[in-house]
Amino acid sequence: MADIGAVINNSCVIVCCGSGGVGKTTTAAVLGLEAARLGRRAVVVTIDPARRLADALGLVDGLAAEPQRIELDSRPGEASNGELWAMMLDTAATFDGLVARHASDPDQIERILTNPLYRNMAGAMSGTQEYMAAETLHTLHGDDRFDLVIVDTPPSRNALDFLEAPGVLARFLDHRAFKLLMLPTKGGLRVLGAAAQPILKAIGRVVGSDVLADAVAFFQAFAGMESGFRDRADEVVALIRAPETSFVIVASPRHDTITEAVWFAEQLVDQQVDVSAAIINRTQPAFGQGTAADARAAAKAATGELAVLWGNVADLRTLREAEHEVISPLGDAVGHDRVTLLPLLDSDVHDLDGLHTIADHLFDRS
Amino acid sequence: MPPEHESPLQSLTATNVVIVAGKGGVGKTTVTAVIARAASRDGRRVLVVELDGKPTLDDLLRSAGDDPSGGTLEVVQISAADALDEYLRDHGFQRIAKRLNKTGVIDMIGTAAPGIDDVVVLGKIKQYEQSGDYDVIVVDGPAAGHAITFLTSATGLANAVRSGPVRTQSDGVIELLTDVERCQVVLVTLAETTPVNEVVETAFALEDDVGVQLGPIVVNAVDDGAALPDVAAEDAALAEMTGDDVEVIRAAAAFRRSRRAIENTEIRRLASEMPLVQLHIPARLVAGLTSADIDLMADALTESEAASEADRG
Repeated sequence: MADIGAVINNSCVIVCCGSGGVGKTTTAAVLGLEAARLGRRAVVVTIDPARRLADALGLVDGLAAEPQRIELDSRPGEASNGELWAMMLDTAATFDGLVARHASDPDQIERILTNPLYRNMAGAMSGTQEYMAAETLHTLHGDDRFDLVIVDTPPSRNALDFLEAPGVLARFLDHRAFKLLMLPTKGGLRVLGAAAQPILKAIGRVVGSDVLADAVAFFQAFAGMESGFRDRADEVVALIRAPETSFVIVASPRHDTITEAVWFAEQLVDQQVDVSAAIINRTQPAFGQGTAADARAAAKAATGELAVLWGNVADLRTLREAEHEVISPLGDAVGHDRVTLLPLLDSDVHDLDGLHTIADHLFDRS
Repeated sequence: MPPEHESPLQSLTATNVVIVAGKGGVGKTTVTAVIARAASRDGRRVLVVELDGKPTLDDLLRSAGDDPSGGTLEVVQISAADALDEYLRDHGFQRIAKRLNKTGVIDMIGTAAPGIDDVVVLGKIKQYEQSGDYDVIVVDGPAAGHAITFLTSATGLANAVRSGPVRTQSDGVIELLTDVERCQVVLVTLAETTPVNEVVETAFALEDDVGVQLGPIVVNAVDDGAALPDVAAEDAALAEMTGDDVEVIRAAAAFRRSRRAIENTEIRRLASEMPLVQLHIPARLVAGLTSADIDLMADALTESEAASEADRG
């Protein structure tokens, strides 16, 4: 079993990754709870707007875009000076903050923030959410209130999105078409001159001239900020790849999510990023030592209600055996000692007690 | 709402285009495969559309031979980049499309006019629909969160772009999405708290913001195993037994009763919050489905009746 306690103790940043619907947000919250128990000052950043986590953490008004301290009752026999904070990623506001930091004057900020192309980019460009999650992580890492940042990544298809996202804007600004837009002409930057380029004329015919004019204005407004963005992106990437940053892969015991988790793990390994732990949520608990076949045989030999009851044991064991078979490739990819299975519980998690129950399983206290 | 006598398969495939949507992990792709397979076995010409992502449907739909009923089944992948490229070529931008792609400007167009990538994908689906080559097109749609942006993309784009080919394309897509004869969305969920909350939210947003017809709601992986005896009957059955097995049997029965109780509560809550026909797809005791499972599930769907709240005790 993975020593996740050590991962929590030794990391400054923990990145939880995995496909959608596997319980990443809940896992991030459980890691944060345990970190607080171990005396650390942890902040959990989630991208999941679902109310469930806010409810589970006892936040009546939901999660905010600023870190909020979570009230933790000290559990019997435990005294801890750890803290747990939580916040939700606000992609657009984070991007605005970044623009404000790199702009040279209020007028430049204003021109960028009101540009429709910028608004689209802050809200919807692919990779923006990952980029802003990484950016937020960097900001919180530098915040003295916290000594551990736990981030729940967007459910991307590609684990590397998160590593590469910080460069997304820099790459965007490097587009050849934009270089054309920003090419100084004799009279300085001239919108009409740039828009007369055949390639831009073609874009204009596809998307309309209003949209093109917005694009031209956007790139002119950004002039001079590219290197600031590029340097900052480099810092963020350096933090994500630093030794005190740990990656935890979260999965469910199903063939497709395990396949995806293995794919994530392999990509991380290719990038010389170590996977510290893999957590598999909602696995079937064990009932007795026997196999499904044993229980099936007992069901056959029995009659009436007893046959039905043994049949039930057989069903649950069948599913558990099938799950263990599909999980095994993930162990091969990250090391079997780094894989931890969490059981499916007999109730859904909806409060701090539920999170504590999962933590007890994760840290072998059950 | 479809008439009472309609079978589940008929109501699921009542329109030319069926878009299957649901939160990650609820089995959207499974449901897409089951609907497609059931329809092809029913003698229909089926096209399955997979949106960008890893192709998994080819495997799930790989059962041997043609359907004896004369139905056919094809799987096609549509990616936004390819659809946009094709769109540009078809609209007199052949020469420029190549250059645009090379310089990565296609990304930029997607950003400059958000939703254009989704609209060209939907436009491509509409093109298949208009071809007359298929009786039903089943789309393995994007995850619930993205389903709303995906389906509202055309409206947003039509508001931003007043004329030109993109506007024409958006208008055509809106026409398809809002035509109850041609298109419906089938939402998929699990009988668990979070997925049910999300599916209810998505359903209301789709009706309000897109005006798209909602088909039956599919509850995936419902435990339809044998009914367990109640605790008194269990006590009686175990009275003669000694040893560790007694505890094992009791714990296993208690666990399954708890999980079923959650399932029942959520199914009832879904029924009371969403006045849509519910279809239940039974869980299988496996950790990954194969094409053989899909075939069995398709047969079960063909034979099934729509589930109602009253069926579950």
